[in-house]
Amino acid sequence: MKRILPILFALVASVSLGSAAEAKLRVISSLQDFASIAQSIGGERVETFALAKGYQDPHFVDAKPSFVLQLSRADLLIVAGLELEIGYLPPLIDQSRNDKIHPGNPGYLDASVGCDILQRPTTQVTRAMGDVHPYGNPHYWTEPENGRVIARAIAARLSQLDAAGSATYQKNLAAFEARLTQKQAEWTAKMAPYAGTKIVTFHDSWPNFAKAFKLNIVGHVEPKPGIPPSPTHTLEIINLIQAQKVPAILVEPYFDRKTPDSIAGKTGTAVVTFYPSVGGTPAIKDYFSLFDTNIDAFVAAVKGKK
Amino acid sequence: MDPDAWTRARWFLCFTLGIAVLPMLATTPLAAQTAEAAPAPPTVPQTAASSPDPVADLRSQLDALKAEYERRIADLEKRLTELQTAPGQAPTPGPPTAEAAPPPEAPPSEPAIPAEPAPAPSGGETSQASNYFNPSISVIGNFLTVAGHNRTENLPVADLRESELGIQAIVDPYARADFFLSFGEEGVGVEEGFVTFTSLPAGLLAKVGRMRASFGKVNTLHLHVLPWPDEPLPVVNLLGGEEGWIGTGGSVARLFPVGDTFTEGTLQIFRGDSEGLFAAPRRSDLAYNGHYRVFKDLTDASNLDLGLSYGVGPNGTSRDGRTHLEGLDATYRWKPLQTASYRSATFRGEVYRSRRDQPGGVETALGWYLSGDYQLAKRWFLGARLEASEHADDASLRDTGAAAILTFWPSEFSQLRGELRRRHYGLTDESANELLLQLQFAIGAHGAHPF
Repeated sequence: MKRILPILFALVASVSLGSAAEAKLRVISSLQDFASIAQSIGGERVETFALAKGYQDPHFVDAKPSFVLQLSRADLLIVAGLELEIGYLPPLIDQSRNDKIHPGNPGYLDASVGCDILQRPTTQVTRAMGDVHPYGNPHYWTEPENGRVIARAIAARLSQLDAAGSATYQKNLAAFEARLTQKQAEWTAKMAPYAGTKIVTFHDSWPNFAKAFKLNIVGHVEPKPGIPPSPTHTLEIINLIQAQKVPAILVEPYFDRKTPDSIAGKTGTAVVTFYPSVGGTPAIKDYFSLFDTNIDAFVAAVKGKK
Repeated sequence: MDPDAWTRARWFLCFTLGIAVLPMLATTPLAAQTAEAAPAPPTVPQTAASSPDPVADLRSQLDALKAEYERRIADLEKRLTELQTAPGQAPTPGPPTAEAAPPPEAPPSEPAIPAEPAPAPSGGETSQASNYFNPSISVIGNFLTVAGHNRTENLPVADLRESELGIQAIVDPYARADFFLSFGEEGVGVEEGFVTFTSLPAGLLAKVGRMRASFGKVNTLHLHVLPWPDEPLPVVNLLGGEEGWIGTGGSVARLFPVGDTFTEGTLQIFRGDSEGLFAAPRRSDLAYNGHYRVFKDLTDASNLDLGLSYGVGPNGTSRDGRTHLEGLDATYRWKPLQTASYRSATFRGEVYRSRRDQPGGVETALGWYLSGDYQLAKRWFLGARLEASEHADDASLRDTGAAAILTFWPSEFSQLRGELRRRHYGLTDESANELLLQLQFAIGAHGAHPF
């Protein structure tokens, strides 16, 4: 007891000086997409870090203590909301000892606010429907127009937290929006020939993308969200693909391609790896190349089949 | 223990509680809080169905009138909002709804894109309004069946071993509260019930209430998140039984980052009683626990988690009889991020040493376990565990065990597990082979995934 007490005293009493005040605003986001947009808006005035990697299933991120350390130093936390991060983020925020990033404070930004959120349940949801999100589909950033809403929200929040940089943020936002508008025209033109194309996706991650580019999602390889493919459901999907001449199955990089590949083998449909987030491959460096990559892959796969 | 140490001990408790409570007192108008916390009065008066006719008539007429006026007001309000958001008008930020999140700042308007109104909360706004501040509630059922012979540790053939009711919510801007009530088939116990102060200065995180002691790794975890259906022998033999060490008191933890490596020190002070482990003849007899944890990401896919623990408390064998506990825990996790849902592996080991003052002298007992789990497919896990532990009060009695475990998760919310277990008991010199089959199921709020 006598030996341990001074050590324990030291544990509690020692108050480190904390990291020296840094010029840059530290922005942590759950997804690399938000980090990318925040970097575009913040430029030299911010440094960003994303908890989930772009090639990782954003539903299942481990609540690693190293993230606690990152969050303890954050000035702004950007989350997707809609309970996408419910499995790991709440305990991390609690342990961060960082009051700034608690929900309700200016350092906490829910990027879904103001975005066009699809599939908000209108009837009661139960888990008999699989792992459903009771606040709507959380994969909303796959629609460019929502990217614009997110960029504006980030610019406004950065200006609030760092008034001195407000002019920079507004200037960068204007540049981002101009680039987005130009890119949207380019993407829409590329996708226009395929309007109305029927597609099957592995997980129900793409309603916003489908809406933006007028695709028609007719089925999912997962029988229900979060439930792995079953033989009977796979058979149904094979029949569906044959009956409706579905040219492509979209699969996120983090899902097992075994079932989609076997469906493709039986039906001749194409399996396209579709990246839901920035960082899905090293080539996807920012929010714009995310759409570039996906749209080019889609066009390449569907071109001859339509 | 000398009187000097007592004074220091008491001072310590005051310090912990002080840290937890003072900022609250300084910054919160408590009275206002209580007023806010009071339940809202019911919005609709109860209809008196059984009252005599004239009164009932009058009442129904009144109700009809009221409904009529409400309809008209709603109409007017609707027209008003329509007028406000009519095309051609400068976009005004949507009227903030009763949501907790602040509405987004009105972005620089661009004619091509209509300003998005704040999303309305889905479904039944008025009827749910009074439920907004209700805590999240979840129940986890833990059903266990056992086959095989075991005279020493005679578990029932079928047992709803635990129904854990979790009730969790944010208290106010400074704290959150978590209750875990553990229902056995017969009785109820508060497994944990504590408030966590998340906004303390100096990077402190304080908990006050009843909580699992931060001793080692497995002792901090609830039964249902363990990779086995049973507690390993060192917990049972050295930490006071199946339940492990649960303390009532306060806890303070602080981060001590070393570069980009996470390290955290935790200090806990508990009442001197803890079932099966500590017994305090006097109020001033307290139990202490200190824990130091280091976590390091080795790569994106692997990490190492190390912990050192030291606990001490009165054991009731004599006036100043103490039990000292020392623990070392290590966990290695491997999980390639891209295929994280399909492949992962965890290896964990812990060693505990108990030094117990007893009438005959100091009894030193050692216990350990080693375990490994490998994820075969999205829903399948294979595991193994080796364990051995002496008894805290008689180190000449040594129990050993080996187990193989197969776990299947139909979904994130249910789990089926089988364990083939062989244990040898020092007390009875019995070797028992058993099959434990466990079914767990969770309903209610989606909790965080254990890590």
